[in-house]
Amino acid sequence: MAGALVGVLAVLSVLVTTLVLDKPKYLGASTTFVRAAGLIEASVDAEHVAQNAYFTSKKVKVDWQMLFVVGIFIGAFVSARLGASSKLETVPPIWKDRFGTSAVTRAMGAFIGGCILLFGARMAGGCPSGHGLSGNMQLAVSGLLALVFFIIGGIFTARLVYGKGGA
Amino acid sequence: MEQILGLITGVLFGFLLQKGEVLRYERQVGFMLLKDMTIIKFMFSAVLVGMVGIYALHGAGVISLSLKATHVAAIVLGGLLFGVGWAIAGYCPGTSVGALAEGRVHAVWAILGMLVGAALYAEVYPVLTNTILSWGNYGKITLPQMLGVSPWLVIIVFIAVGLGMFYWFEKKEL
Repeated sequence: MAGALVGVLAVLSVLVTTLVLDKPKYLGASTTFVRAAGLIEASVDAEHVAQNAYFTSKKVKVDWQMLFVVGIFIGAFVSARLGASSKLETVPPIWKDRFGTSAVTRAMGAFIGGCILLFGARMAGGCPSGHGLSGNMQLAVSGLLALVFFIIGGIFTARLVYGKGGA
Repeated sequence: MEQILGLITGVLFGFLLQKGEVLRYERQVGFMLLKDMTIIKFMFSAVLVGMVGIYALHGAGVISLSLKATHVAAIVLGGLLFGVGWAIAGYCPGTSVGALAEGRVHAVWAILGMLVGAALYAEVYPVLTNTILSWGNYGKITLPQMLGVSPWLVIIVFIAVGLGMFYWFEKKEL
């Protein structure tokens, strides 16, 4: 049900942004990590960011999508509080079964995984939001191809890393 | 105005992601271990509803599409790499932020890793543009364009396949 409502939200977002901003905004998240990384790097070495072809092509700025990603945090926070379903978690169960209770090991796994996945998402041109949701809603060839390979890579790696995942 | 609309849309999206229980590492990795279909049911529901709405409005000439180019080599390799990281991190970019808000503090390490991954990608991008990004680029195309059929035919097939999958998942209690 929540999934179907995301479909409605995605269509409404495209409609409203077309009418108000005169350009459609389809849901997406991974480019925000590029812009955020660019903003952080620019605070140290602005020249380097200004000369990088990828940062300049993505325009390092606080845009619609960055606020969209900030909004995800707020919306999830409010929903978890209202529904009393917040859960403090440092090591999730499947990880614990395989790698033990160390929060440091889990932190390293999450960090390395995050690093690889965002690199891959940018090479593929999007993540499960931009390709998976928005691409497939538009019946894009790129969206379907990306989603299929996200899933193949994920299933293969999960089996390799977690085995059959315990019980 | 652009930022305000982004924020409102994000709040609603985050709310629905949390309600759908897809912000959990267990759900994401559970899907990759083929034990829990929550996230795929969530995504398919969104996509099936979305494609009807997008093509209804597009057909009426109200909205335009915003397609991503079909760089086959980059999508296949980048997609596989994404999958590798996704299985280890247990989050994708959108869900990582929501998971942190839900109290899953280990998501913060995934978010920091993503920022580093983005910075690394920016550094190697010039090399990729002349190699992998230029291999097998078919441009911004849709499935109905590629197949030479009406989008509604493709949508009907997707809905039939989607409903079949939902039925199968229910039967298997996934």
